[in-house]
Amino acid sequence: MADAKILPLAVVGLGFRVGDINVLDGATFDIAPGSRNIVLGPNGAGKSVMLRLLHGLLTPTSGRVGWSNPDALAVRRAQAMVFQRPVMLRRSARENVEFALHVAGVRNVRNAADLALDRAGLMRLADRPARLCSGGEQQRIALARAWALQPEVLFLDEPTASLDPAATNAIEEAVNAMHRAGTTIIMTTHDLGQARRLADRVLFLNHGRLVEDAPAVSFFAQPTSPDAAAFIRGELLW
Amino acid sequence: MQEISQSLSLAVALITSLDSTLLSIAGLSLRVSGIAVLAAALLALPFGAWLALARFPGRQGVIAVLNGMMGLPPVVVGLLVYLMLSRAGPLGPLGILFTPAAMMIAQALLIFPIIAALARQVIEDAWGEYREQLVSLNASRAQCMRALLWDMRFTLTTAVLAGFGRAIAEVGAVMIVGGNIDGVTRLMTTAIALETSKGDLPLALALGVVLITMVITINLAAQWVKSTAVKNHG
Ligand SMILES: Nc1ncnc2c1ncn2[C@@H]1O[C@H](COP(=O)(O)OP(=O)(O)O)[C@@H](O)[C@H]1O
Ligand SMILES: [Mg+2]
Repeated sequence: MADAKILPLAVVGLGFRVGDINVLDGATFDIAPGSRNIVLGPNGAGKSVMLRLLHGLLTPTSGRVGWSNPDALAVRRAQAMVFQRPVMLRRSARENVEFALHVAGVRNVRNAADLALDRAGLMRLADRPARLCSGGEQQRIALARAWALQPEVLFLDEPTASLDPAATNAIEEAVNAMHRAGTTIIMTTHDLGQARRLADRVLFLNHGRLVEDAPAVSFFAQPTSPDAAAFIRGELLW
Repeated sequence: MQEISQSLSLAVALITSLDSTLLSIAGLSLRVSGIAVLAAALLALPFGAWLALARFPGRQGVIAVLNGMMGLPPVVVGLLVYLMLSRAGPLGPLGILFTPAAMMIAQALLIFPIIAALARQVIEDAWGEYREQLVSLNASRAQCMRALLWDMRFTLTTAVLAGFGRAIAEVGAVMIVGGNIDGVTRLMTTAIALETSKGDLPLALALGVVLITMVITINLAAQWVKSTAVKNHG
């Protein structure tokens, strides 16, 4: 983990506009160290775009992502991301983790990779070609790869959207384990159950707007916005 | 009809007896095209990967030209290399016109665009899939290029084999810059052309059989690389 912390994060008026469309419309919020933040919302709400803006994969058209560390490289290195569809290199699972460590400048990649795989319960997959693993296994390898980097902040974009319940459970357990080890979690989902299981805090997004930002307990018990209340009742939002 | 069947049986005899002329011509062909394809691949693969990731004004034009050059007429490449290497040309002092080296250069130039253009396409498609993950890992441009080249190694191998197939079957360029000198720059293709015109059909046919066998083998190898890669690596 980087010596100088990059949290807290101050997001101010964050927007992403494509043509006439506000994909994300001026979101303002903070991220405190150690929290599990769930970005919740229906499909097309702008969750993935927001995560990419925070992680620096997209450039905002307005507003700013303010990490509390001026060193751009330190900021980059303190983050990792797990994507909705895992991207595995055409190598073994272990070599996938080793590649990430090598790029991050770690010396003894073999040990660190084995440690990460072992921690994620994936040692039996270590020598398997990663692309031949099942979708759930690949996503767990992707998470182990992110974990190996010991990020201060971990982004996950609907990591279980296409997984069965067992694989979903394994991913959620690993996320919790990383959280217990001190990693701050920022994860999107459209799955209410998952949000209930994992969230300390919910950022509810709809039509590109940050509609509600509340501790998970109060969000689910007493949503303050009609949109969030409708979403919790399972009524589709359009 | 009689003449053809007679020539064919003589050709078979040449092959089965491992005729020394046949072997030396086939050997030289393999050596020239092998070195040409190695040199071309060494330059074309990194160039293709660079072009796949680079963004600069005029890039589409470069890609269009490169794609167009895949179909370069060998005689034109031969002519250009001839002009470069001829005594009055800029590389004349090297004195390598009508040597195997000249033929290697011509063939390398001929297949560089093939390997580079195919590599560019393959790497760019892969980049579309890998870009966000690699950027997320903070991989440098060079690290991205290397990772992509290695990840696409099986598809790229088939591109290199395609280049080799084109080089070894080509006649126009090597005829011009090699001169088809007996025992020095006579390759399978140029020998076939010459022997046929002389009416020595058995040697021409024997060389033709060897050449076709090589080309088919190359294609089988390419297919095998692709299918085992999918099976073993996904
Ligand atoms: N680069 C882009 N250009 C134009 N529209 C985009 C772009 N990225 C996303 N969108 C649109 O923005 C909306 C929100 O997308 P996304 O963030 O993927 O939603 P979510 O992840 O919440 O399902 C969608 O309607 C999508 O089509
Ligand atoms: Mg999404």
